Amino acid sequence: MSTLAQTSVLGPRWGALHVAEYRIRNMWKWRGAILAFGLGHPILYLASIGLGVGLLVDANSGGVDGVPYLIFLGPALMATAAVQGGGDEATFPTLAGFIWNKLFYSMRATSLTGAQIATGVLISAGARVLFTSTAYWLVLALFGAVGWGTAPGLIAVGMLGGLAWGAVMLAITGFVHHEDGFMALMGRLVVMPMFLFSGTFYPLDAMPLAVRWLGWISPLWHTTELGRWVSYGAPLPAWQILLSIGYLLVLLVVGLAIGRRQFERRLTS
Amino acid sequence: MIRAAGLTKQYGQFTAVSGVDFHVDRGESFGILGPNGAGKSTTMRMLGATLQRTAGDLSILGHDPTADGPLIRAHLGVVPQEDNLDPELTVAENIYTYGRYFGLPRTHLHERVDELLEFAQLEDKRKAKVNDLSGGMKRRLTIARALVNEPTILLLDEPTTGLDPQARHVLWDRLFRLKETGVTLVITTHYMDEAEQLCDRLVVMDRARIVAEGSPSALIRQYSTKEVVEVRFGADRNADVAAHLDGIGTRHEVLADRILVYTEHGEADLERIVGLGYLPITSLVRRSSLEDVFLHLTGRSLVDE
Repeated sequence: MSTLAQTSVLGPRWGALHVAEYRIRNMWKWRGAILAFGLGHPILYLASIGLGVGLLVDANSGGVDGVPYLIFLGPALMATAAVQGGGDEATFPTLAGFIWNKLFYSMRATSLTGAQIATGVLISAGARVLFTSTAYWLVLALFGAVGWGTAPGLIAVGMLGGLAWGAVMLAITGFVHHEDGFMALMGRLVVMPMFLFSGTFYPLDAMPLAVRWLGWISPLWHTTELGRWVSYGAPLPAWQILLSIGYLLVLLVVGLAIGRRQFERRLTS
Repeated sequence: MIRAAGLTKQYGQFTAVSGVDFHVDRGESFGILGPNGAGKSTTMRMLGATLQRTAGDLSILGHDPTADGPLIRAHLGVVPQEDNLDPELTVAENIYTYGRYFGLPRTHLHERVDELLEFAQLEDKRKAKVNDLSGGMKRRLTIARALVNEPTILLLDEPTTGLDPQARHVLWDRLFRLKETGVTLVITTHYMDEAEQLCDRLVVMDRARIVAEGSPSALIRQYSTKEVVEVRFGADRNADVAAHLDGIGTRHEVLADRILVYTEHGEADLERIVGLGYLPITSLVRRSSLEDVFLHLTGRSLVDE
């Protein structure tokens, strides 16, 4: 009885993918809402701010960063949707799995490990970011805010930003034991400032130096900058491109590593 | 199948399980009986390879859960104390999804889901949402889900707590069938009738320790008498009367609401009590149960009163 056959069980090697499969099946049930939000959000933003505010900006200053306002704003909005989508799809399933319906504990009774559950959640967040980014890009292209050839580059940037922020939120949420107010706090103290100080609506350079660092540490600013570079060739020095990619990769790798360790610990104690 | 030696779990200063030794053999139905807080569920989680032990040795299916958790869990079925079914999925999807966590192939699972729905008598609820099920149905679904990987050992933590008597009997019937197919069952419970019904052998746990071990009938023979006379004289008189019952039965227990007289001849001793001039408000002669064993071993009842 010393060796256990894997018999009908394929084994836990691809556990993270099985977790992602479950999450994506779950999202599929909400496909109507996800599609409506994925397309409705950019249409509303582009129509109101992109065209409306853009008209004012372009009439008064002839655009921003050398391009019309709509072109300047488009990649930033897409980055915002990707980063926010990645964060949400890492945060909510984690809160649900540990606190609301404790599904992680039933998963943990199978051959899955805590680390695989963490990775699976992030993979499914990536799937959501891929969908959101693609939908956003399509709307941007239809509005003429991005060129038709920018799809691979912009979607890749969206994926990188979304997964990086998703990994950070995965790690943080893994430590949350009582939901009360966590989401509201994160929304007001982290996500909202990140949105405001990431050079989304105007270049970060227009900010006083004292608050510019908020943008520098924000994954959203790095994603936005990369998006503008890919979209209309915003003049970024090579070092900044590498730094932004590197920063996002570090967040992704470190966030996922901490998340995996914390999920494993929490599910075995 | 399972071997525990000196198995211990501590949370800081608190010892939830303190150096317990036991073993479970193949095909056996093994019970862990004890009151709430005795350490049953903690023991169960260690057996389920989802909780690291603090000290001692533990071998499950020949492997150490610390080293080979996923491999061991691939061959276990776990029915937790609280149903943690997925409320967003249907009955059939709950089983299917769970099977996918084990990496079971989709085609195999479609067949398996049908078999398990039949076993759990939930065929006509296949497309129902979990929240529309009764408590008994949820339990049966949780058990069906735990069987999706054809486990060698099924761990059931308080399987019938909170169920009405009829639902309990349906569940017991399903567990008997499983036992007949050769599945090893490990069951925790604080219901002595459940332990008597389901378990070939059991350990009695109290305050993190094992206080007795054996088959239900052997434990009753060892720690109790054949019969018990229960007499009630009213809460304020029980202790008074008990003081005058020396020589009747082998020993007494005075509880808040009744006196228990342990004896080999229940009817005869009841007549002697009445003969002494103590006329009980109600009286009952019954066979000894595991409840009496527990009371004798710990001085307390199993179910908090």
